[in-house]
Amino acid sequence: MKAQLLGVSALALSASIAGSAYAAEKADILNNYADIAAAKYADALVTASTLQAAVDALIAEPSDITLQAAKDAWLAARVPYQQTEVFRFGNAIVDDWEGKVNAWPLDEGLIDYVDASYGGASDENELRVLNVVANASFTMSGESVDAASITPALLEESLHEADGVEANVATGYHAIEFLLWGQDLNGHEAGAGNRPFTDYSSGDACTNGNCDRRAEYLKSATDLLISDLEWMAAQWVDGGEARATLLADEDAGISAILTGMGSLSYGEQAGERMRLGLMLNDPEEEHDCFADNTHNSHYYVGLGIQNVYLGEYVRIDGTLVEGPSLSDLVAESDAALDAEMLGKLSQTMRRLGQIKTAAEAGFRYDQMLERGNAGGEALIMGGVNALVDQTRSIERVVAALGVSAIEFEGSDSLDNPEAVFQ
Amino acid sequence: MSHALCAGLCTLLGSALVAGPIDDPHLDVIPRTPAEQKRIDDVRAPTSDFGAAERFESKPAGAATVRATTDSNAFSYPSGNISFEDQLDFKVGNGLFKKLWVSSPSSTLASDGLGPLYNARSCQRCHVKDGRGHPPAGPDDFAISMFLRVSIPGGSEDGVAEIEDYIATLPEPNYGEQLQDFSLAGQPAEYKLDISYEEIEVPLSGGEVASLRKPSYAATNLGYGPLHPDAMLSPRIAPQMIGLGLLEAIPAADILAAADPDDLDGDGISGRPNIVWSVEYDQPMLGRFGLKAGLPTIRHQTASAFSGDIGISTSLLPAAWGECTELQTQCREAPHGDGDVRVFEVDDIGLGLVTYYSRNLGVPARRDVEDPQVLQGKKVFYSTGCISCHTPKHVTHRLSGQPEQSFQLIWPYTDLLLHDMGPGLADNRPEARATGTEWRTPPLWGIGLTEQVSGHTYFLHDGRARSLLEAILWHGGEAQAQRDRVVDMPPEDRAALIRFLESL
Repeated sequence: MKAQLLGVSALALSASIAGSAYAAEKADILNNYADIAAAKYADALVTASTLQAAVDALIAEPSDITLQAAKDAWLAARVPYQQTEVFRFGNAIVDDWEGKVNAWPLDEGLIDYVDASYGGASDENELRVLNVVANASFTMSGESVDAASITPALLEESLHEADGVEANVATGYHAIEFLLWGQDLNGHEAGAGNRPFTDYSSGDACTNGNCDRRAEYLKSATDLLISDLEWMAAQWVDGGEARATLLADEDAGISAILTGMGSLSYGEQAGERMRLGLMLNDPEEEHDCFADNTHNSHYYVGLGIQNVYLGEYVRIDGTLVEGPSLSDLVAESDAALDAEMLGKLSQTMRRLGQIKTAAEAGFRYDQMLERGNAGGEALIMGGVNALVDQTRSIERVVAALGVSAIEFEGSDSLDNPEAVFQ
Repeated sequence: MSHALCAGLCTLLGSALVAGPIDDPHLDVIPRTPAEQKRIDDVRAPTSDFGAAERFESKPAGAATVRATTDSNAFSYPSGNISFEDQLDFKVGNGLFKKLWVSSPSSTLASDGLGPLYNARSCQRCHVKDGRGHPPAGPDDFAISMFLRVSIPGGSEDGVAEIEDYIATLPEPNYGEQLQDFSLAGQPAEYKLDISYEEIEVPLSGGEVASLRKPSYAATNLGYGPLHPDAMLSPRIAPQMIGLGLLEAIPAADILAAADPDDLDGDGISGRPNIVWSVEYDQPMLGRFGLKAGLPTIRHQTASAFSGDIGISTSLLPAAWGECTELQTQCREAPHGDGDVRVFEVDDIGLGLVTYYSRNLGVPARRDVEDPQVLQGKKVFYSTGCISCHTPKHVTHRLSGQPEQSFQLIWPYTDLLLHDMGPGLADNRPEARATGTEWRTPPLWGIGLTEQVSGHTYFLHDGRARSLLEAILWHGGEAQAQRDRVVDMPPEDRAALIRFLESL
């Protein structure tokens, strides 16, 4: 325990020295944050465009090589995108948009064929084995749907969250992931989905039927991802709505940054994505389950939280975006608190790094989730605890800066007698 | 904690000190000071100024209010004042709320125990998007998000001696207290819900005409023999989930103070509290939840839904077979999911998480509070007498350990009391103190977002009303006079009234 604490403070010290280069005006911090958001979404768009080209190549000439290239492009695209998740919770415009891009978990039988062990339609979700790829028309909620052509509009307007069932995910990264990898049928064993490239072949070479429609789905889902990312990237550049809203009120803007950091750390990442899976010992509770990429998904979420606090982001071409940061602002009034915050963020990255390292060495995330796997549980709980711990420091930062953490403009409880009882 | 202790001690100390419905043993209350009470009374008084919105009116849940999003997620956000730390419990609770339960035995030990008889495999399936359920669209539609309660009259020995005017009932001998339309393989399901509707035209002032659909219900395909000849059926739609923790935190004394069982004030409106037995605290408590206020706390309600709707046991309702009756032997003898490390099919941690989630679904902010038509509609709502039952404002207890619900000025538009709503709406099935014609005033907050969240505008306990106007026109009994006033009022006032409701 002592050794661990020493390690943390040493890290914190070096980071805080490195971070003290800017005088911290709130407007400048917000501008830098918006610049980082713009850069991250732009990078997400660039990498998604590479994915789109790889998908086109796969469809044009299906082979192990083109399929692997598309998978590699998807994995690369996740790196910048996961770092954008820290913009959720604080920025309403991101919350209202995010569901169609990164929704999870999904009932994949809605999209394409599944293994018999997946089971049939359930009273829960009639659409969970709809299999749009195999059906050019079908009935949904009592109405007939023409799916002769699988267009982005069909996915977005008719299928996504059909019947109000959140597991009916028809769009976004995870739908594409399923179409590239297929189901992960390995349970708690190592291994990702293993879709053959011939699922995209034409004529007699086509496996599992309807290869042309499967290709159409993949193409439409990828095109839709591109248009969604284009839209969001545009909201953060000069004149964009997300940036304008953020800059409109400096204190609310600072609060939005911290709300995003805290909500993502605690409830979303530590809670829903990590602790819940461990509670249920369910390999389905794995964020990037088809690709077996959950260790990276978690890692880059953590990194996004850290680099927003530090006010720096290394772009996919190696360029550094940096400027005045929350860290600078906190350090001006309370250097010890800034050091504490930096130490906690580093500790989280150490813990998430351990998960990533173990996974890359062969101990996959779904194995870690297995009931009774003490090493896996320790790794995941290490991440959970670090995320929880860093949130306590985020709360202290909120208090020190005197901003309201849960951003709700003008909310008044009765504890504010001025406000209620004049 | 001190209250739970008090409840136990009080019971031990004898009947004079028996804890009763005026207590709130589920809450850790910091008592109000007299000065505070005065401020609360002032702020709760109904307004008479309809020229502008009242202060705080746009925040129906006080600081727990959430942003009104324009998509179907509007009911799914945590209390606006929730801490980062508590968001974890909220999110994990949400995970359990969405989780599909599976049959036993199963390799996923943490998720087994479904049924053997059930209405749905997850909470979310009925409470779609945390909003209200709907009746089946047609004969081939699954009845999910709606079911029938069932019971038979009981004898004098079947009542609860500690609760005055308790109407004794018994579970239907074959089927229990609820009909489940799904079952695990090898077990017959209990029934299929058949609904038919008859249209009734209602002429309104100004030459307008509304049409109401009058439902008839039948339980068909009965899997366990005919129903008892005296069986009483009550159709129920899944209610919306928002703001429940705040309703739970209104002082019972405030609810009871508004009761007027003998209509002493002569306004034609009685208002009776439902009093129910708490298995959690082993004492009579004020009923707050359910369409007849049959349950006292969210935790009890959650356990009850786990048991009756999904067939999952908890420490509060420990039967692993859900509510299968003694006569349903095959169901009772089937494999169950309890007896492992969790003990019950959902352990207290899981029950606590789902309870926490249910307590903290935020109420969205009002829209258009300053719109002249909304303000006109508000005036109509008040002057018509709707607020006699749909009480606009309450102030919650000051609480230790529950900052989200503590001391908030809230606007749920309910008195949480039972009212006779006339024969048209009656289910003729008593529940605790509630008679066959009484229903609990439902909260109206969020009602204007129903279409956005749930994709429909079906209201009332069984979803028979297809619009807010139809819902009003179904009011009878104590609310007959108010309903008649709506029929007779100038059409523009009626339109404004609806516009006001849509802004809630």
